[in-house]
Amino acid sequence: MSAGYTPDRPRRPGGPEQRGDPEGPGTPEVLVKLWDWLRGRLVYVGYGLGLFGLALVGLVLLAGSVTLLSLSLVLAVKAGNPESRQEALATGAGLTLLLWLMVSPLLLLCIRELARLTRRLAGQWCGVPIAQPYLPRPWADGGKPGLRRRLDWLLTDQATWRDLLWVTVDGFVGWLLPVLPAGLLVLGFVGVFAPYAGFDLRALAVLAAAFGLWASPYLLRGYAMFGRSMLAPTRQAELVLRVRQLSETRTEALDTGAAEIRRIERDLHDGAQARLVAMGMTLDAAGQIIDSNPDAARALLFEARDASVKALAELRALVRGIHPPVLADRGLADAIRALALDSAMRINLASDLRGRPPAPIESAAFFAVSELLANVSKHAEARQTWIDLRYTDGMLRIGVTDNGHGGAYPSRGTGLRGIERRLVAFDGVLAVSSPPGGPTAVTMEIPCELSSPKTSSY
Amino acid sequence: MRVVIAEDLFLLRDGLTRMLQAHGLEISAAVDNGADLLAAVTADQPDVAIVDVRLPPTFTDEGIRAALAARREVPGLPVLVLSQYVEQLYARELLASGTGGIGYLLKDRVFDSAQFVDAVRRVADGGTAMDPEVIARLLARNTGDGSLAALSPREREVLALMAEGRSNAAIAQRLVITERAVAKHTASIFLKLDLQPSDDDNRRVLAVLAYLGT
Repeated sequence: MSAGYTPDRPRRPGGPEQRGDPEGPGTPEVLVKLWDWLRGRLVYVGYGLGLFGLALVGLVLLAGSVTLLSLSLVLAVKAGNPESRQEALATGAGLTLLLWLMVSPLLLLCIRELARLTRRLAGQWCGVPIAQPYLPRPWADGGKPGLRRRLDWLLTDQATWRDLLWVTVDGFVGWLLPVLPAGLLVLGFVGVFAPYAGFDLRALAVLAAAFGLWASPYLLRGYAMFGRSMLAPTRQAELVLRVRQLSETRTEALDTGAAEIRRIERDLHDGAQARLVAMGMTLDAAGQIIDSNPDAARALLFEARDASVKALAELRALVRGIHPPVLADRGLADAIRALALDSAMRINLASDLRGRPPAPIESAAFFAVSELLANVSKHAEARQTWIDLRYTDGMLRIGVTDNGHGGAYPSRGTGLRGIERRLVAFDGVLAVSSPPGGPTAVTMEIPCELSSPKTSSY
Repeated sequence: MRVVIAEDLFLLRDGLTRMLQAHGLEISAAVDNGADLLAAVTADQPDVAIVDVRLPPTFTDEGIRAALAARREVPGLPVLVLSQYVEQLYARELLASGTGGIGYLLKDRVFDSAQFVDAVRRVADGGTAMDPEVIARLLARNTGDGSLAALSPREREVLALMAEGRSNAAIAQRLVITERAVAKHTASIFLKLDLQPSDDDNRRVLAVLAYLGT
């Protein structure tokens, strides 16, 4: 049946009829929308049930632990009763206690995984991302930890106890929030189809179900916010993590700096210095024979001159590697422009930088772009590259996109990893999107302040 | 021929002055900053100004900006810029006006005083003197996308020397071939690159540089 034969159907411009909606020409727009809405809400109801399930798992873990502990206590009390002094009971109490002691660290780890999952789902399902608060393993840098160190790590972490609190609260009352929509829905069904229900009760049931559906995302959100109050890192945990990260990046930055200085020293020693020594010897030789053999002396002098040209060329290359002159002169955008001019690739640069970032950041950003371009020309077989320099809200954003064959991952090559490591020293981040077949888009973000541009006197 | 020199390091300023004087050029002023350079070129009306890129107060690209400013004050003033490093970016900016009388050379080039003085005279006459390193990088870039693929190796050599701003005679001497041979190569290059041939040396150089994308 085509739309033209049903005069009672609402006809709006741009409706499904005109667009040839795949739902079929017979479905009115309102119904399509309602169906979409219903589907969306049902997904939330499902999420709610999932979270409810997690809460139950937590409760079961907790209950198991409590049962073991209380069993051992009850047995111990019974064994200690003067009327029924029984060795068997005492042994049973000891064994259960031992079992509890052995199981509880495992239990804590399970609870930790549960809390981890809840945090992730809070972000994915409820739109309330919660950061992971745990202290990093102290043995991350090698070595096998003993039970003692593991326990220390687990028990001294504030987050462990907050997780425990969360599982308890969640297991007893928290789950009510996510399960409410599903509960109302069930209630609605029961109310509508119950044989004894009158009209009033049925209307109420429908209303309850509709309310449950409508409220489901808000309830999930509320639940996640409630969870965040216990699951999110405390200020102290945040600071501990921050200190840890800072000391790591500082060490790395110092190491990189020291390695750079060693490289420069070696380059000077093997390059310019050696050439100057050779020049001195050549000049001395020329001085020795200048009277006896002026022609040979002249040849030696020219040789010394050529050596000085080579020494200068080496120094130039070295300086370029330390701090490119155009970067010092003009800043990031022009330095990249100069880089683009030297490249065989077609490179388009768009920049809205009005001032200059601090020198260390400028330099890091420049070498990052330079390395990315080298990567592109080495691996990507790209014909064209687009570089985008932007500064918004205290964040320097650099995008490097090429039309090569893609398939670049930070984990595969050391190049991207190295760039990322150097950016981290400035709290910068690097993101790579490189599906096989391309294009590859690398985005870097570094928080910084811009200084106002220098005004020219000419 | 009267020359103004702007160079902030005394040793180099002094050395340049003496070398140019030894080759019979007259130094009308030797200054150490951009502002004095502007004053000197307006007051003395020299035939050519030799400018170091790094000048006070910022010690960055002051010299490039001073040179461009001087050319705005005294239109057509020939300027030769000297630097410890050469950048295509700066070469582009210097050549942007599309007129001749521009030189951009590494400081090392003064070691060969005969060649250097030749470049100074060429610029003073309204010609061009681009550093071989700039040209080498230009050619490398253009080789990448294949636009120079049609040229023979010899033609590429001639093209490089031509882009530096050298006359046919100088190219012939450098490659140890006859001037006629150079003219033949030049004609062939212009044909292959689809450029308008020109008898005027300077216009020819600018056409080649524009083609290479400065």
